[in-house]
Amino acid sequence: MFEIPWNVIAMQFFFGIALGCIFVLLSSGMSIIFGLLDVVNFAHGTFAMLGAYAVFVVISLSGSFVVGLVSAVVIVGIIGMIVEFLFLKPLYGKDPLLPLLLTFGLSVAIPDLIKIIFGLIGKPVNYPEALSGTLMLGSVIIPGYRLFIILFTLVALISLWLFLKRSDLGMIIRASTRDSLMVQTLGINVSRIWTFGFGLGVGLAALAGAIAAPMMSATPDMGVDMTMTAFVVTVVGGLGSLGGAIVGGLLIGLVVAFTAFVAGEYSSVSMYFCMALILLVRPRGLFGEQGRE
Amino acid sequence: MLRLEDVNTYYGYSHILQGVSLEVKEGEIVVLLGRNGVGKTTTMKTIMGVQPPKSGKVFFLEDNIAGQAPHKISRKGISLIPEDRRVIPNLTVLENLRLGSLMHTKPDERDGLVEMCFAYFPRLKERIKHLGGNLSGGEQQMLTIARALMGRPKLMLIDEPSEGLAPKIVHEIMEIIKQLQKDGRTIMLVEQHMEIAMRLSDNQRAYIMEKGQIRMCGTLDELSCRMDEVVQCLGVKV
Repeated sequence: MFEIPWNVIAMQFFFGIALGCIFVLLSSGMSIIFGLLDVVNFAHGTFAMLGAYAVFVVISLSGSFVVGLVSAVVIVGIIGMIVEFLFLKPLYGKDPLLPLLLTFGLSVAIPDLIKIIFGLIGKPVNYPEALSGTLMLGSVIIPGYRLFIILFTLVALISLWLFLKRSDLGMIIRASTRDSLMVQTLGINVSRIWTFGFGLGVGLAALAGAIAAPMMSATPDMGVDMTMTAFVVTVVGGLGSLGGAIVGGLLIGLVVAFTAFVAGEYSSVSMYFCMALILLVRPRGLFGEQGRE
Repeated sequence: MLRLEDVNTYYGYSHILQGVSLEVKEGEIVVLLGRNGVGKTTTMKTIMGVQPPKSGKVFFLEDNIAGQAPHKISRKGISLIPEDRRVIPNLTVLENLRLGSLMHTKPDERDGLVEMCFAYFPRLKERIKHLGGNLSGGEQQMLTIARALMGRPKLMLIDEPSEGLAPKIVHEIMEIIKQLQKDGRTIMLVEQHMEIAMRLSDNQRAYIMEKGQIRMCGTLDELSCRMDEVVQCLGVKV
């Protein structure tokens, strides 16, 4: 009775990678924010939720899914920059608990604001028509949208990598992650880099939310789970490491997908179990740096 | 070029700089001597805006820059070479250099500046693709000075370049600092050891600090004539 055909396993693997891709986008944003600002963003999933709503609004206005995805990143990125500028900036250099409390407060307040504007019930986001079909790869059935998620994430991550490695701004971000005071002494206004970095981080969260929206529809409280997932992935992969976010995200995606397949009721617990296991073996996470001062 | 007038700087409640006044003229090397913990590094940080003064004035090219943010002071043409070097460990040598010039130069000027840095420090050229964190202490010191040069500073604040380096490397770096002055740069140098400072040139001036105040000043020749007092300020090791 435990004979599971290999093509079903291959399909679960594929589902897991697609789910993992969403987690990767989510937690690479969190990783950038933590690395650059030392802020643990409790509202990260909330910004992903805003991304889902942004894609809903833009699609209903423009009719185009791609336009929706791009504008979700831009809109939420700008909201993030405003939030950082108005609320987070005054808290730097004070008690490190304060930014944490602030983002926690945002994670409560923003969903309520969304409920007032859009109502308590979620908004469905349709799959784009071209991607709603399935693909047969031998005897493995591949849903078109999941394939799109994987390819899209790949493109997004390569662009992010090129941006960080090749552009001047990316170089400043990498440098500021390690020594922002020295970067400032070299004439660079680090305060603006922080604002941009926070916008970039929540923009990535918004991309995750927007791309996930057709599979789960946009609901005001979807951010809670996404924040938790981002935490788990970041802890598994190692705080502040982009490579860790990628490996951790894919790993957690696979764990959740396979658990959902063999024992559906345990699927959401499985990632915490996986996290506990990894922390027992390697307390700093897979790719984490050894304690920084 | 640079003039500090009655500068007072605090770390929390402790009064570190107690009415420091000094002057650096264009083209000269001024050495700030003193024992550990007398406020030499704090003086540098105060000028750079990293540890702003509570009172007093810092004039640079006749502007009072006291209280301005470090990046604004940097853009005015002051460059700090900190004692702990602060090479960005996750950037390559070339990226570290480019970082130093981003806010000070146009993109087409940067390659020329990199070449100039390699002329001063040929060893950096061999390590151009290495990460800053993988360099030896001496190489990091060279990179820090080169990174400052990339911004074409009008005034270089060099904080204890000899710290923790082998005598041979110290000699090498001191030769470069001499060369920098000959090439027309203005330098303020912090040093603990007078014999290292003596190697630079004979007509340079020095300030000797003690307990957050300037105790003595003059050319190194003048100070040599008052060796007894100097020894008292600097401790046994002169």
